[in-house]
Amino acid sequence: MSKFKKDGDKHTPAVSTASLPDIVFMLLFFFMVSTVMREVDLKIVLEQPEATEIDKLENKALVDYIYIGEPVNTNVYGSVPRIQLDDDFATVEEIQDYIVSRRAERSEAEQGLVTVSLKVDSETKMGLVTDVKQELRKVQALKINYSTAQKADATKF
Amino acid sequence: MARGKREIQEINAGSMADIAFLLLVFFLVTTTMDTSWGLARKLPPPIQENQPPPPPIKDRNVFVVLANANDQLLVEGELMDIRRLRESAKDFIANPRKADNLPEFKEVDVPFFGKTMVSKQVISLQNDRGTSYDLYIQVQNELAAAYTELRDDLSRSRFGIGYNELEELTKGENPDPKYKKMVKAIRQVYPQRISEAEPKDIGS
Repeated sequence: MSKFKKDGDKHTPAVSTASLPDIVFMLLFFFMVSTVMREVDLKIVLEQPEATEIDKLENKALVDYIYIGEPVNTNVYGSVPRIQLDDDFATVEEIQDYIVSRRAERSEAEQGLVTVSLKVDSETKMGLVTDVKQELRKVQALKINYSTAQKADATKF
Repeated sequence: MARGKREIQEINAGSMADIAFLLLVFFLVTTTMDTSWGLARKLPPPIQENQPPPPPIKDRNVFVVLANANDQLLVEGELMDIRRLRESAKDFIANPRKADNLPEFKEVDVPFFGKTMVSKQVISLQNDRGTSYDLYIQVQNELAAAYTELRDDLSRSRFGIGYNELEELTKGENPDPKYKKMVKAIRQVYPQRISEAEPKDIGS
């Protein structure tokens, strides 16, 4: 054992922490780039159903969102599923106006390319979803996307 | 200067890490990972008042899927579990044995395939107002999967490449127009025809 103790009085130098900021900055940039700010404050419970045959929604600027689900604050808003447009609850009748006003904000070239993303809670009944779809048909917003989570498909591996 | 020359002190960078951590935590908390995936669908245009009714479709060409308020499926008049829907839809679309009660065929000239028998299948989906959204998405997903699997088989046997990989090749910077034509040809052999009936309210 004395073999190893010979130069025991030497202290191992402290690990340099000078590169720590660089590492943290690297992480920071990763998160800044790979994440997006949530556009709206969700006032509904949103637990999306899972599916496998799904496509990615390209180009965020050309997407309008409609949220449907049970309000988070059931004491105030009740537990009947509601529609949320931007930051407020809305009725089925207001969807037409919403889509039209969103359409007016865009240039003419983009108007045909807009997708409406339906973010619906999986507990919701189809009645409300169907009403929303009928309203979308009336304003010719025909490109829709049922937002879902990605299901791990065992057969694909 | 009265004081004379003085050495400029270096700024202490020790707290840099703390600041960076603070920012990092802020971004971690306030952002969510982007999860914009979903089933893309196209709604039918609204019905015009003076529109002539569509020509009737033979019963054998229609695959009827009904979903009720208790989340049960009635497929072609038979109670069915969602797990069997994909197989039975595939059977219907392809009609491999040319059965009499399954869809008719029409000869179509498809590029890459020549004269091909394309079935006149239509899938009709009807749900109750009380059906859960979850079941609706599962049904849509299974039906889409049935088409994808058939297209995949066809793509593998004809081009030796999976359908999804083929679709992937049509994207990107400079896709070869050949791939687009191949995808189009496959879609012509197995066209996705899912029609949704106007909703009914029965026993919810």
